[in-house]
Amino acid sequence: MSTPSIQPGRDPAVQYLLRLGDFCLIHAQRLGEWCGHAPILEEDIALTNLALDLIGQARALLTRAGQVGHERGAPAAFDEDQLAFLREERDYLNPTLVELPRGDFAFTVLRNAAVATWMRLMWTRLQASRDAELAAIAAKALKESRYHEQHAADWVVRLGDGTPESHRRLQDALDRLWRYTPELFEADAVDEAAAASGLGPRWADLREDWHAAMQALLDEAGVRAPATGSHVTTGRRGVHSEHMGRLLAEMQHLQRAYPGGAW
Amino acid sequence: MCGAQVLGRIEAAWQAIDPVPDPEIPVLTLRDLGIVREVRLDAEGALEVVLTPTYSGCPATEVISASVAEALEAAGLAPFAVTLRRAPAWTTDWISEQGRQRLREYGIAPPGPVAAGEGVPVRLHRRTSASAPAASADPSCPRCDSPRTERLSAFGSTACKSLWRCLACREPFEHFKPI
Repeated sequence: MSTPSIQPGRDPAVQYLLRLGDFCLIHAQRLGEWCGHAPILEEDIALTNLALDLIGQARALLTRAGQVGHERGAPAAFDEDQLAFLREERDYLNPTLVELPRGDFAFTVLRNAAVATWMRLMWTRLQASRDAELAAIAAKALKESRYHEQHAADWVVRLGDGTPESHRRLQDALDRLWRYTPELFEADAVDEAAAASGLGPRWADLREDWHAAMQALLDEAGVRAPATGSHVTTGRRGVHSEHMGRLLAEMQHLQRAYPGGAW
Repeated sequence: MCGAQVLGRIEAAWQAIDPVPDPEIPVLTLRDLGIVREVRLDAEGALEVVLTPTYSGCPATEVISASVAEALEAAGLAPFAVTLRRAPAWTTDWISEQGRQRLREYGIAPPGPVAAGEGVPVRLHRRTSASAPAASADPSCPRCDSPRTERLSAFGSTACKSLWRCLACREPFEHFKPI
């Protein structure tokens, strides 16, 4: 027995909100995989606490996406659980970066730094959203993302400036991860609509500030970002890497097997 | 409904909520934390209690709403509604003086003020040593009051706390982070 998938629709405002909600949700799913596996107990607790904040942010964003979708003609106001667990892979709109396997600890903290910095910049701007609910979510989440960024940046510097082994692992992580970052700043029609309606900024608007912050961090850590090629990943358009299907299979399993199941 | 009755019902609600503890730090009440933002009556005389959640992902949020509802029910104040208000965002600046005192006595260093419009400053890793001067934002030890403390972990038993130790009395302690 399985539960039918839902169709969230192609409204640009809904897509904009789903991208943000999925960004938080899928990042949290990968962070949660560290539970019981982090190198030290303090980090086990830290990574899962970050995941918890992100899940809270995702809940608020997906709830809002469901409401806006209904206002704009969706047959029902999908709730946070339906949107989190009952969509097909092509309807998840997170950037590819956050669905990549969690990797080693260096990869995890570097991705955390990249995402938290992006989130801080996004939440800062979203406080001025014309959607009052989104502005309120952003004002709350901004405070949390600052702690996430600080914690991740601490570790990036500590590994980069640590032993030859930790430095090598951080540089390796950077070499693998960097090619996925252009997607975080790509312009498209969904973003144009959001900018025009005052819902939120284009992701491309964050590019310069993000690069400046990351450059300062990588300099401090003593690692160098490789050049990015011309290929841009497409997760936020719903076209994902091979890893996304497995991630969803695990994440959706309970709701698919036991429709409507609750704790 | 006359003014005295309205005030009476609101006052009774505040009194009912007053002793309700926070589920994760039971030494604090919800009022100490500044979570209870407003108690009011609508035009039909229905009672509404407005709460502002602390962290986006705080697992205690549902328990907090339920325990407020329980307290109102027990005081015979039904019908009522317990609603959540997201804006303005909760800040540790709303924790009462009494709440801060209770935290200290409980062994948790209370949060310092959140700088207006700034929140948490982003800073890169700072090496600590016993001889390094304390940064002004660092908490002092809730047990011996020494300002010479060092952070052990950015996150403690919950997202809202970090783990520290005192370099004077050597005792570990938790710090309620300013947010």
